Amino acid sequence: MPITLEKIPGQEERVILSMGPQHPSTHGVLRLVLELDGETVVRALYDIGYLHTGFEKSFEDKTYSQGITLTDRMDYLAPLSNNLGFCLAVEKLLDIQAPPRAQWIRVLLTELTRIQSHLVWLGTHAIDLGAMSVMLYCFREREAILHIFEQVSGQRMMTSYFRVGGLALEPPLGWLKQVERFVKTFPAHLEEYEGLLSKNPIWLKRTVGIGKLTGDEAIAWGLSGPSLRGSGVDYDIRKKEPYSSYDKFDFTVPTRPEGDVYARYLVRLEEMRQSLRIVQQAMEGIPEGPIKANAPHIVLPDRESMKTSIEALIYHFKIVTEGFHPPIGEVYQAVESPRGELGFYMVSDGSPKPFRCHVRGPSFANLQALPKMIEGRLIADVVACIGSIDIILGEVDR
Amino acid sequence: MPSDLESNLTLKKLREFAAQELAEAREFRGELTIYVQPGALIRVCEFLRDEPSLSYKFLADVTALDLYPNEPRFELVYHLLSLKTAERLRLKVRTGGDDPRVDSLVPVYPSANAFEREVFDLFGIQFTGHPYLRRILMPEDWEGYPLRKDYPVEGYR
Repeated sequence: MPITLEKIPGQEERVILSMGPQHPSTHGVLRLVLELDGETVVRALYDIGYLHTGFEKSFEDKTYSQGITLTDRMDYLAPLSNNLGFCLAVEKLLDIQAPPRAQWIRVLLTELTRIQSHLVWLGTHAIDLGAMSVMLYCFREREAILHIFEQVSGQRMMTSYFRVGGLALEPPLGWLKQVERFVKTFPAHLEEYEGLLSKNPIWLKRTVGIGKLTGDEAIAWGLSGPSLRGSGVDYDIRKKEPYSSYDKFDFTVPTRPEGDVYARYLVRLEEMRQSLRIVQQAMEGIPEGPIKANAPHIVLPDRESMKTSIEALIYHFKIVTEGFHPPIGEVYQAVESPRGELGFYMVSDGSPKPFRCHVRGPSFANLQALPKMIEGRLIADVVACIGSIDIILGEVDR
Repeated sequence: MPSDLESNLTLKKLREFAAQELAEAREFRGELTIYVQPGALIRVCEFLRDEPSLSYKFLADVTALDLYPNEPRFELVYHLLSLKTAERLRLKVRTGGDDPRVDSLVPVYPSANAFEREVFDLFGIQFTGHPYLRRILMPEDWEGYPLRKDYPVEGYR
Protein backbone atom coordinates (compact mmCIF):
# COMPACT_ATOMS: atom_id res chain seq x y z
CA MET A 1 0.00 0.00 0.00
CA PRO A 2 1.73 3.22 -1.09
CA ILE A 3 1.80 6.07 1.40
CA THR A 4 -0.84 8.73 1.17
CA LEU A 5 -2.11 11.77 3.02
CA GLU A 6 -4.53 10.97 5.79
CA LYS A 7 -7.75 12.90 5.90
CA ILE A 8 -7.99 15.51 8.63
CA PRO A 9 -11.19 14.75 10.59
CA GLY A 10 -13.95 17.28 10.20
CA GLN A 11 -12.52 18.76 7.02
CA GLU A 12 -14.30 18.64 3.69
CA GLU A 13 -13.16 16.05 1.17
CA ARG A 14 -10.39 17.28 -1.14
CA VAL A 15 -8.78 15.74 -4.19
CA ILE A 16 -5.65 13.71 -3.46
CA LEU A 17 -3.38 13.65 -6.47
CA SER A 18 -0.52 11.22 -6.83
CA MET A 19 2.17 12.78 -8.97
CA GLY A 20 4.80 10.32 -10.10
CA PRO A 21 6.75 8.07 -9.78
CA GLN A 22 6.41 8.00 -13.56
CA HIS A 23 6.15 11.67 -14.31
CA PRO A 24 8.49 13.43 -16.72
CA SER A 25 9.10 16.45 -14.54
CA THR A 26 9.88 14.66 -11.28
CA HIS A 27 13.46 14.02 -12.50
CA GLY A 28 13.43 10.33 -11.84
CA VAL A 29 11.17 8.23 -9.68
CA LEU A 30 9.95 10.76 -7.16
CA ARG A 31 6.33 10.41 -6.09
CA LEU A 32 4.48 13.35 -4.63
CA VAL A 33 1.13 13.12 -2.89
CA LEU A 34 -0.70 16.41 -3.20
CA GLU A 35 -3.92 17.46 -1.55
CA LEU A 36 -5.60 19.93 -3.83
CA ASP A 37 -8.15 22.64 -3.38
CA GLY A 38 -8.92 23.46 -6.99
CA GLU A 39 -5.49 24.02 -8.46
CA THR A 40 -3.88 25.02 -5.18
CA VAL A 41 -1.73 22.60 -3.22
CA VAL A 42 -2.92 22.48 0.39
CA ARG A 43 -0.67 19.74 1.71
CA ALA A 44 2.16 17.82 0.16
CA LEU A 45 4.10 14.70 0.97
CA TYR A 46 6.91 13.01 -0.86
CA ASP A 47 7.37 9.30 -1.28
CA ILE A 48 10.82 8.00 -2.14
CA GLY A 49 12.67 4.71 -2.13
CA TYR A 50 11.83 3.47 -5.62
CA LEU A 51 15.53 3.38 -6.49
CA HIS A 52 16.80 2.11 -3.15
CA THR A 53 19.63 -0.33 -3.78
CA GLY A 54 21.23 -0.58 -0.35
CA PHE A 55 24.58 1.00 -1.22
CA GLU A 56 25.44 1.44 2.43
CA LYS A 57 25.00 -2.25 3.08
CA SER A 58 27.03 -3.11 -0.01
CA PHE A 59 29.90 -0.88 1.13
CA GLU A 60 30.26 -3.04 4.22
CA ASP A 61 30.81 -6.10 2.06
CA LYS A 62 33.38 -4.57 -0.28
CA THR A 63 36.96 -3.45 0.24
CA TYR A 64 37.64 0.27 0.22
CA SER A 65 38.89 0.20 -3.36
CA GLN A 66 35.88 -1.75 -4.56
CA GLY A 67 33.58 0.75 -2.91
CA ILE A 68 34.60 3.48 -5.32
CA THR A 69 32.62 1.93 -8.15
CA LEU A 70 29.45 2.13 -6.07
CA THR A 71 29.84 5.85 -5.55
CA ASP A 72 29.57 6.52 -9.29
CA ARG A 73 26.11 5.10 -9.32
CA MET A 74 24.66 7.21 -6.53
CA ASP A 75 24.66 10.65 -8.06
CA TYR A 76 24.92 9.55 -11.64
CA LEU A 77 25.19 13.11 -12.94
CA ALA A 78 28.24 13.88 -10.83
CA PRO A 79 30.20 10.63 -10.56
CA LEU A 80 33.55 12.35 -10.10
CA SER A 81 32.35 14.43 -7.16
CA ASN A 82 31.23 11.20 -5.51
CA ASN A 83 34.55 9.51 -6.26
CA LEU A 84 36.34 12.48 -4.76
CA GLY A 85 34.29 12.48 -1.55
CA PHE A 86 34.79 8.78 -1.02
CA CYS A 87 38.52 8.87 -1.74
CA LEU A 88 39.10 11.89 0.49
CA ALA A 89 37.26 10.18 3.34
CA VAL A 90 39.41 7.06 3.05
CA GLU A 91 42.54 9.16 2.69
CA LYS A 92 41.63 11.04 5.85
CA LEU A 93 41.15 7.73 7.62
CA LEU A 94 44.56 6.55 6.42
CA ASP A 95 46.15 9.96 6.96
CA ILE A 96 47.66 10.13 3.48
CA GLN A 97 47.36 12.79 0.79
CA ALA A 98 47.25 12.65 -2.95
CA PRO A 99 50.23 14.37 -4.60
CA PRO A 100 49.73 17.89 -6.04
CA ARG A 101 49.39 16.74 -9.64
CA ALA A 102 46.58 14.37 -8.71
CA GLN A 103 44.88 17.08 -6.65
CA TRP A 104 44.99 19.52 -9.55
CA ILE A 105 43.55 17.00 -11.98
CA ARG A 106 40.88 16.11 -9.42
CA VAL A 107 39.87 19.76 -9.12
CA LEU A 108 39.80 20.21 -12.87
CA LEU A 109 37.61 17.18 -13.44
CA THR A 110 35.22 17.81 -10.55
CA GLU A 111 34.65 21.35 -11.77
CA LEU A 112 33.91 20.02 -15.24
CA THR A 113 31.52 17.64 -13.50
CA ARG A 114 29.82 20.58 -11.84
CA ILE A 115 29.35 22.34 -15.18
CA GLN A 116 28.11 19.13 -16.75
CA SER A 117 25.65 18.47 -13.95
CA HIS A 118 24.36 22.04 -13.99
CA LEU A 119 23.89 21.76 -17.76
CA VAL A 120 21.59 18.77 -17.36
CA TRP A 121 19.78 20.62 -14.59
CA LEU A 122 19.36 23.72 -16.75
CA GLY A 123 18.15 21.74 -19.73
CA THR A 124 15.60 19.69 -17.81
CA HIS A 125 14.49 22.61 -15.65
CA ALA A 126 13.86 24.68 -18.77
CA ILE A 127 12.00 21.91 -20.53
CA ASP A 128 9.78 21.48 -17.45
CA LEU A 129 8.83 25.11 -17.71
CA GLY A 130 8.23 24.96 -21.45
CA ALA A 131 11.52 26.23 -22.90
CA MET A 132 12.29 23.37 -25.23
CA SER A 133 15.34 24.51 -27.13
CA VAL A 134 17.59 25.14 -24.11
CA MET A 135 17.76 21.42 -23.44
CA LEU A 136 19.17 20.73 -26.89
CA TYR A 137 21.90 23.33 -26.48
CA CYS A 138 22.82 22.15 -22.98
CA PHE A 139 23.18 18.55 -23.99
CA ARG A 140 25.42 19.58 -26.85
CA GLU A 141 27.94 21.14 -24.45
CA ARG A 142 27.53 18.34 -21.95
CA GLU A 143 28.55 15.90 -24.64
CA ALA A 144 31.87 17.73 -25.03
CA ILE A 145 32.56 17.30 -21.31
CA LEU A 146 31.55 13.64 -21.32
CA HIS A 147 33.97 13.19 -24.19
CA ILE A 148 36.77 14.53 -22.00
CA PHE A 149 35.75 12.10 -19.24
CA GLU A 150 35.78 9.25 -21.71
CA GLN A 151 39.23 10.18 -22.92
CA VAL A 152 40.62 10.39 -19.40
CA SER A 153 38.94 7.48 -17.67
CA GLY A 154 37.55 5.30 -20.46
CA GLN A 155 33.97 5.93 -19.35
CA ARG A 156 31.52 8.67 -20.12
CA MET A 157 29.59 8.49 -16.88
CA MET A 158 30.66 5.73 -14.49
CA THR A 159 34.21 6.98 -14.31
CA SER A 160 35.68 5.55 -11.05
CA TYR A 161 38.75 7.54 -12.00
CA PHE A 162 39.85 8.81 -8.60
CA ARG A 163 41.44 6.18 -6.39
CA VAL A 164 42.52 6.16 -2.80
CA GLY A 165 45.83 8.02 -2.81
CA GLY A 166 45.60 9.51 -6.29
CA LEU A 167 44.28 8.72 -9.75
CA ALA A 168 43.70 5.45 -11.59
CA LEU A 169 46.07 6.33 -14.43
CA GLU A 170 47.93 9.17 -16.05
CA PRO A 171 45.55 11.02 -18.42
CA PRO A 172 46.37 10.48 -22.11
CA LEU A 173 48.63 12.89 -23.98
CA GLY A 174 46.81 15.81 -25.52
CA TRP A 175 43.72 15.60 -23.34
CA LEU A 176 44.18 19.20 -22.27
CA LYS A 177 43.61 20.31 -25.88
CA GLN A 178 39.99 19.28 -25.56
CA VAL A 179 39.66 21.00 -22.22
CA GLU A 180 41.16 24.12 -23.75
CA ARG A 181 38.71 24.04 -26.63
CA PHE A 182 35.84 23.71 -24.18
CA VAL A 183 37.07 26.57 -22.00
CA LYS A 184 37.33 28.78 -25.09
CA THR A 185 33.88 28.07 -26.48
CA PHE A 186 31.80 27.70 -23.33
CA PRO A 187 31.43 31.38 -22.25
CA ALA A 188 29.65 32.16 -25.52
CA HIS A 189 27.29 29.25 -24.93
CA LEU A 190 26.55 30.43 -21.41
CA GLU A 191 25.55 33.79 -22.82
CA GLU A 192 23.34 31.96 -25.27
CA TYR A 193 21.42 30.28 -22.41
CA GLU A 194 21.14 33.52 -20.54
CA GLY A 195 19.89 35.22 -23.67
CA LEU A 196 17.19 32.59 -24.00
CA LEU A 197 16.02 32.64 -20.38
CA SER A 198 17.22 35.37 -18.03
CA LYS A 199 15.00 38.14 -19.40
CA ASN A 200 12.40 35.94 -21.03
CA PRO A 201 8.99 37.16 -19.72
CA ILE A 202 7.53 33.65 -19.59
CA TRP A 203 10.57 32.38 -17.68
CA LEU A 204 10.36 35.27 -15.23
CA LYS A 205 6.62 34.70 -14.69
CA ARG A 206 7.27 31.04 -13.90
CA THR A 207 10.24 31.53 -11.59
CA VAL A 208 10.34 34.93 -9.85
CA GLY A 209 8.80 34.80 -6.37
CA ILE A 210 8.04 31.07 -6.61
CA GLY A 211 9.13 28.60 -3.93
CA LYS A 212 10.49 31.21 -1.59
CA LEU A 213 12.68 30.16 1.34
CA THR A 214 14.41 32.52 3.74
CA GLY A 215 17.99 31.87 4.79
CA ASP A 216 16.98 30.68 8.26
CA GLU A 217 14.37 28.32 6.84
CA ALA A 218 16.89 26.92 4.39
CA ILE A 219 19.38 26.24 7.18
CA ALA A 220 16.73 24.71 9.42
CA TRP A 221 15.64 22.36 6.64
CA GLY A 222 19.19 21.27 5.95
CA LEU A 223 19.49 22.74 2.48
CA SER A 224 22.98 22.98 1.05
CA GLY A 225 24.74 23.93 -2.14
CA PRO A 226 23.22 26.32 -4.69
CA SER A 227 19.78 25.95 -3.10
CA LEU A 228 21.16 27.33 0.18
CA ARG A 229 23.15 30.07 -1.52
CA GLY A 230 20.04 31.06 -3.47
CA SER A 231 18.57 32.01 -0.08
CA GLY A 232 21.44 34.35 0.71
CA VAL A 233 23.53 32.07 2.93
CA ASP A 234 27.15 32.22 1.89
CA TYR A 235 28.43 28.75 2.65
CA ASP A 236 30.55 26.81 0.20
CA ILE A 237 32.64 23.93 1.51
CA ARG A 238 35.26 24.60 -1.13
CA LYS A 239 35.87 28.01 0.44
CA LYS A 240 35.15 27.41 4.12
CA GLU A 241 36.72 24.00 4.57
CA PRO A 242 39.04 23.73 1.58
CA TYR A 243 39.98 20.24 0.44
CA SER A 244 42.06 19.01 -2.49
CA SER A 245 43.93 22.36 -2.85
CA TYR A 246 40.80 24.45 -3.48
CA ASP A 247 42.36 27.20 -1.39
CA LYS A 248 44.95 27.71 -4.14
CA PHE A 249 42.33 28.66 -6.73
CA ASP A 250 40.78 32.03 -7.25
CA PHE A 251 37.00 31.98 -7.52
CA THR A 252 34.00 33.63 -5.94
CA VAL A 253 30.92 32.04 -4.43
CA PRO A 254 27.74 33.55 -5.90
CA THR A 255 24.79 34.10 -3.58
CA ARG A 256 21.38 35.71 -4.10
CA PRO A 257 19.17 37.00 -1.29
CA GLU A 258 15.75 36.39 -2.89
CA GLY A 259 15.43 32.67 -2.13
CA ASP A 260 13.09 31.89 -5.02
CA VAL A 261 13.38 29.63 -8.05
CA TYR A 262 14.86 32.44 -10.12
CA ALA A 263 17.56 33.12 -7.51
CA ARG A 264 18.64 29.48 -7.55
CA TYR A 265 18.72 29.63 -11.34
CA LEU A 266 21.00 32.69 -11.26
CA VAL A 267 23.28 31.13 -8.65
CA ARG A 268 23.78 28.00 -10.71
CA LEU A 269 24.45 29.95 -13.89
CA GLU A 270 27.10 32.02 -12.11
CA GLU A 271 28.56 28.87 -10.59
CA MET A 272 29.17 27.49 -14.04
CA ARG A 273 31.12 30.63 -14.88
CA GLN A 274 33.18 30.32 -11.68
CA SER A 275 33.80 26.62 -12.29
CA LEU A 276 35.07 27.52 -15.72
CA ARG A 277 37.54 29.93 -14.10
CA ILE A 278 38.77 27.15 -11.83
CA VAL A 279 39.09 24.78 -14.79
CA GLN A 280 41.16 27.35 -16.62
CA GLN A 281 43.48 27.92 -13.65
CA ALA A 282 43.83 24.20 -13.04
CA MET A 283 44.55 23.55 -16.70
CA GLU A 284 47.30 26.15 -16.84
CA GLY A 285 48.91 25.16 -13.56
CA ILE A 286 48.93 21.36 -13.43
CA PRO A 287 52.20 20.51 -11.69
CA GLU A 288 54.48 17.75 -12.88
CA GLY A 289 55.09 14.75 -10.68
CA PRO A 290 53.54 11.47 -9.62
CA ILE A 291 49.78 10.89 -9.69
CA LYS A 292 49.76 8.44 -6.78
CA ALA A 293 50.76 8.91 -3.16
CA ASN A 294 53.92 7.22 -1.97
CA ALA A 295 52.18 4.54 0.09
CA PRO A 296 53.01 1.16 -1.45
CA HIS A 297 50.78 -0.85 0.89
CA ILE A 298 47.72 1.21 -0.14
CA VAL A 299 48.22 2.39 -3.71
CA LEU A 300 48.52 -0.11 -6.56
CA PRO A 301 52.03 -0.13 -8.12
CA ASP A 302 52.66 0.75 -11.77
CA ARG A 303 52.46 -2.04 -14.31
CA GLU A 304 56.07 -1.51 -15.30
CA SER A 305 57.51 -1.82 -11.79
CA MET A 306 55.59 -5.05 -11.26
CA LYS A 307 57.60 -6.64 -14.03
CA THR A 308 60.93 -5.81 -12.40
CA SER A 309 60.31 -5.59 -8.66
CA ILE A 310 59.19 -8.47 -6.46
CA GLU A 311 58.02 -6.05 -3.73
CA ALA A 312 55.72 -4.30 -6.18
CA LEU A 313 54.30 -7.65 -7.21
CA ILE A 314 53.71 -8.68 -3.60
CA TYR A 315 52.03 -5.38 -2.76
CA HIS A 316 49.84 -5.67 -5.83
CA PHE A 317 48.79 -9.17 -4.83
CA LYS A 318 48.08 -8.11 -1.25
CA ILE A 319 46.06 -5.02 -2.21
CA VAL A 320 43.99 -6.82 -4.84
CA THR A 321 43.26 -9.99 -2.89
CA GLU A 322 42.99 -8.61 0.62
CA GLY A 323 42.85 -4.82 0.54
CA PHE A 324 44.52 -2.44 2.94
CA HIS A 325 43.94 -2.04 6.68
CA PRO A 326 43.15 1.50 7.84
CA PRO A 327 43.55 2.25 11.56
CA ILE A 328 40.52 1.97 13.84
CA GLY A 329 38.62 5.24 13.81
CA GLU A 330 35.92 7.29 12.19
CA VAL A 331 35.94 10.30 9.90
CA TYR A 332 33.42 12.54 8.20
CA GLN A 333 34.47 14.17 4.98
CA ALA A 334 32.22 16.63 3.20
CA VAL A 335 32.74 17.90 -0.33
CA GLU A 336 30.78 20.44 -2.33
CA SER A 337 29.03 18.36 -4.95
CA PRO A 338 26.98 20.18 -7.64
CA ARG A 339 23.94 19.70 -5.41
CA GLY A 340 25.44 20.64 -2.07
CA GLU A 341 27.11 18.99 0.88
CA LEU A 342 28.01 15.44 0.00
CA GLY A 343 29.33 13.82 3.16
CA PHE A 344 30.93 10.44 3.69
CA TYR A 345 30.94 9.09 7.24
CA MET A 346 33.43 6.26 7.33
CA VAL A 347 34.01 3.97 10.28
CA SER A 348 36.90 1.53 10.28
CA ASP A 349 37.34 -1.41 12.61
CA GLY A 350 40.81 -2.11 11.24
CA SER A 351 39.67 -4.66 8.66
CA PRO A 352 39.97 -4.13 4.88
CA LYS A 353 36.24 -3.47 4.61
CA PRO A 354 34.49 -0.43 6.10
CA PHE A 355 32.59 -1.18 9.28
CA ARG A 356 30.11 1.44 8.18
CA CYS A 357 30.05 3.88 5.31
CA HIS A 358 27.20 6.34 5.44
CA VAL A 359 26.49 8.83 2.69
CA ARG A 360 24.93 12.18 3.43
CA GLY A 361 23.32 12.87 0.09
CA PRO A 362 22.57 16.52 -0.59
CA SER A 363 19.50 15.62 -2.66
CA PHE A 364 18.05 13.61 0.21
CA ALA A 365 18.29 16.60 2.53
CA ASN A 366 17.25 19.21 -0.05
CA LEU A 367 14.10 17.29 -0.88
CA GLN A 368 12.80 17.92 2.65
CA ALA A 369 12.24 21.57 1.86
CA LEU A 370 10.01 20.79 -1.12
CA PRO A 371 6.64 20.47 0.72
CA LYS A 372 7.43 23.77 2.47
CA MET A 373 8.01 25.44 -0.89
CA ILE A 374 4.93 24.21 -2.66
CA GLU A 375 2.19 24.30 -0.03
CA GLY A 376 -0.21 27.09 -0.85
CA ARG A 377 0.95 27.38 -4.45
CA LEU A 378 -0.38 26.21 -7.80
CA ILE A 379 0.31 22.78 -9.28
CA ALA A 380 2.30 24.35 -12.08
CA ASP A 381 4.71 25.79 -9.50
CA VAL A 382 5.38 22.32 -8.10
CA VAL A 383 7.24 21.50 -11.28
CA ALA A 384 9.31 24.67 -11.05
CA CYS A 385 10.20 23.97 -7.42
CA ILE A 386 11.27 20.38 -8.04
CA GLY A 387 13.54 21.57 -10.80
CA SER A 388 15.00 24.34 -8.68
CA ILE A 389 16.36 22.08 -5.91
CA ASP A 390 17.99 19.83 -8.52
CA ILE A 391 17.50 16.41 -6.98
CA ILE A 392 18.94 13.18 -8.33
CA LEU A 393 16.91 10.22 -7.23
CA GLY A 394 19.84 7.84 -7.38
CA GLU A 395 21.32 9.80 -4.52
CA VAL A 396 18.07 10.38 -2.65
CA ASP A 397 17.33 6.66 -2.49
CA ARG A 398 20.87 5.25 -2.49
CA MET B 1 43.89 13.06 27.05
CA PRO B 2 45.57 15.07 24.26
CA SER B 3 46.12 18.73 24.94
CA ASP B 4 44.19 20.08 21.92
CA LEU B 5 41.04 18.51 23.35
CA GLU B 6 41.44 20.74 26.40
CA SER B 7 41.73 23.90 24.34
CA ASN B 8 38.67 23.12 22.21
CA LEU B 9 36.13 25.91 22.59
CA THR B 10 33.06 23.76 21.90
CA LEU B 11 34.06 21.21 24.50
CA LYS B 12 34.89 23.90 27.03
CA LYS B 13 31.55 25.63 26.57
CA LEU B 14 29.67 22.35 26.69
CA ARG B 15 31.41 21.35 29.91
CA GLU B 16 30.47 24.66 31.47
CA PHE B 17 26.88 24.11 30.38
CA ALA B 18 26.35 20.49 31.36
CA ALA B 19 29.46 18.61 32.38
CA GLN B 20 27.52 15.76 33.99
CA GLU B 21 25.67 15.02 30.72
CA LEU B 22 28.83 14.36 28.72
CA ALA B 23 30.08 10.81 28.92
CA GLU B 24 33.34 11.09 27.05
CA ALA B 25 35.12 13.10 24.37
CA ARG B 26 37.49 11.89 21.68
CA GLU B 27 39.49 13.32 18.89
CA PHE B 28 40.57 11.50 15.76
CA ARG B 29 42.07 13.17 12.69
CA GLY B 30 41.10 16.55 14.05
CA GLU B 31 37.43 15.66 14.45
CA LEU B 32 35.77 16.03 17.81
CA THR B 33 33.36 13.34 19.02
CA ILE B 34 31.34 13.86 22.18
CA TYR B 35 29.21 11.18 23.82
CA VAL B 36 26.04 12.63 25.33
CA GLN B 37 23.73 11.01 27.90
CA PRO B 38 20.52 9.93 26.11
CA GLY B 39 18.23 12.10 28.22
CA ALA B 40 20.18 15.28 27.60
CA LEU B 41 20.42 15.23 23.81
CA ILE B 42 17.74 17.84 23.11
CA ARG B 43 19.04 20.19 25.80
CA VAL B 44 22.62 19.90 24.58
CA CYS B 45 21.60 20.48 20.96
CA GLU B 46 19.52 23.52 21.85
CA PHE B 47 22.50 24.94 23.69
CA LEU B 48 24.85 24.25 20.77
CA ARG B 49 22.41 25.87 18.34
CA ASP B 50 21.65 28.98 20.39
CA GLU B 51 24.99 29.75 22.03
CA PRO B 52 26.23 32.70 19.93
CA SER B 53 29.92 31.78 20.03
CA LEU B 54 29.21 28.26 18.72
CA SER B 55 25.97 28.49 16.69
CA TYR B 56 25.78 24.94 15.39
CA LYS B 57 22.69 25.79 13.37
CA PHE B 58 23.09 23.21 10.64
CA LEU B 59 22.35 19.56 11.27
CA ALA B 60 24.32 17.93 8.49
CA ASP B 61 23.53 14.31 9.10
CA VAL B 62 22.04 11.72 11.41
CA THR B 63 22.96 8.07 11.22
CA ALA B 64 23.61 5.11 13.47
CA LEU B 65 26.12 2.35 14.13
CA ASP B 66 25.23 -1.21 15.04
CA LEU B 67 27.86 -2.64 17.39
CA TYR B 68 26.22 -6.07 17.52
CA PRO B 69 26.81 -8.24 19.60
CA ASN B 70 28.07 -5.63 22.07
CA GLU B 71 25.79 -3.79 24.46
CA PRO B 72 24.65 -1.02 24.38
CA ARG B 73 24.13 -2.09 20.83
CA PHE B 74 23.44 1.13 18.95
CA GLU B 75 25.21 4.43 18.67
CA LEU B 76 23.31 7.36 17.16
CA VAL B 77 25.66 9.69 15.30
CA TYR B 78 24.80 13.36 14.74
CA HIS B 79 26.96 15.63 12.62
CA LEU B 80 26.55 19.31 13.39
CA LEU B 81 28.05 22.18 11.46
CA SER B 82 28.49 25.76 12.50
CA LEU B 83 28.00 27.96 9.46
CA LYS B 84 29.67 30.78 11.37
CA THR B 85 32.94 29.16 12.42
CA ALA B 86 32.95 26.32 9.85
CA GLU B 87 33.56 23.90 12.73
CA ARG B 88 32.12 20.42 12.69
CA LEU B 89 31.08 18.40 15.69
CA ARG B 90 30.01 14.80 16.10
CA LEU B 91 27.59 13.93 18.89
CA LYS B 92 26.93 10.36 19.86
CA VAL B 93 24.22 8.79 21.92
CA ARG B 94 24.17 5.15 23.03
CA THR B 95 21.04 3.04 23.21
CA GLY B 96 20.49 -0.62 24.04
CA GLY B 97 19.40 -3.37 21.67
CA ASP B 98 16.22 -4.52 23.46
CA ASP B 99 14.22 -1.38 22.93
CA PRO B 100 16.39 1.03 20.94
CA ARG B 101 14.92 4.46 21.50
CA VAL B 102 16.15 8.05 21.59
CA ASP B 103 14.51 11.46 21.65
CA SER B 104 13.72 12.96 18.28
CA LEU B 105 15.65 16.07 17.32
CA VAL B 106 12.86 17.40 15.06
CA PRO B 107 11.84 20.13 17.56
CA VAL B 108 15.40 21.49 17.49
CA TYR B 109 16.34 20.84 13.87
CA PRO B 110 13.43 20.34 11.43
CA SER B 111 15.85 18.71 9.00
CA ALA B 112 16.22 15.75 11.38
CA ASN B 113 12.84 14.55 10.12
CA ALA B 114 13.99 12.60 7.06
CA PHE B 115 17.32 11.57 8.56
CA GLU B 116 15.63 10.01 11.58
CA ARG B 117 13.09 8.29 9.38
CA GLU B 118 15.98 6.77 7.47
CA VAL B 119 17.62 5.52 10.66
CA PHE B 120 14.30 4.12 11.85
CA ASP B 121 13.80 2.43 8.50
CA LEU B 122 17.22 0.81 8.24
CA PHE B 123 18.13 0.22 11.91
CA GLY B 124 14.78 -0.03 13.65
CA ILE B 125 15.55 2.65 16.21
CA GLN B 126 12.50 4.47 17.62
CA PHE B 127 12.51 8.25 17.91
CA THR B 128 10.29 9.55 20.70
CA GLY B 129 8.37 12.60 19.59
CA HIS B 130 8.96 12.26 15.86
CA PRO B 131 5.90 13.62 13.99
CA TYR B 132 5.86 11.10 11.15
CA LEU B 133 7.96 8.02 11.93
CA ARG B 134 7.41 5.73 8.96
CA ARG B 135 9.63 3.78 6.63
CA ILE B 136 11.14 6.04 4.00
CA LEU B 137 13.37 3.97 1.70
CA MET B 138 12.17 0.39 2.16
CA PRO B 139 8.61 -0.70 1.36
CA GLU B 140 6.07 -0.22 4.15
CA ASP B 141 5.59 -3.97 4.69
CA TRP B 142 9.29 -4.87 4.77
CA GLU B 143 10.38 -7.20 7.54
CA GLY B 144 13.64 -6.59 9.37
CA TYR B 145 16.10 -3.72 9.36
CA PRO B 146 18.68 -4.05 6.59
CA LEU B 147 21.59 -2.10 8.06
CA ARG B 148 21.72 -4.12 11.27
CA LYS B 149 24.79 -6.30 11.44
CA ASP B 150 22.77 -9.49 11.95
CA TYR B 151 20.89 -8.85 8.70
CA PRO B 152 22.65 -10.76 5.88
CA VAL B 153 24.04 -8.73 2.97
CA GLU B 154 22.14 -10.80 0.43
CA GLY B 155 18.92 -10.53 2.46
CA TYR B 156 16.80 -13.34 3.82
CA ARG B 157 16.01 -15.98 1.22
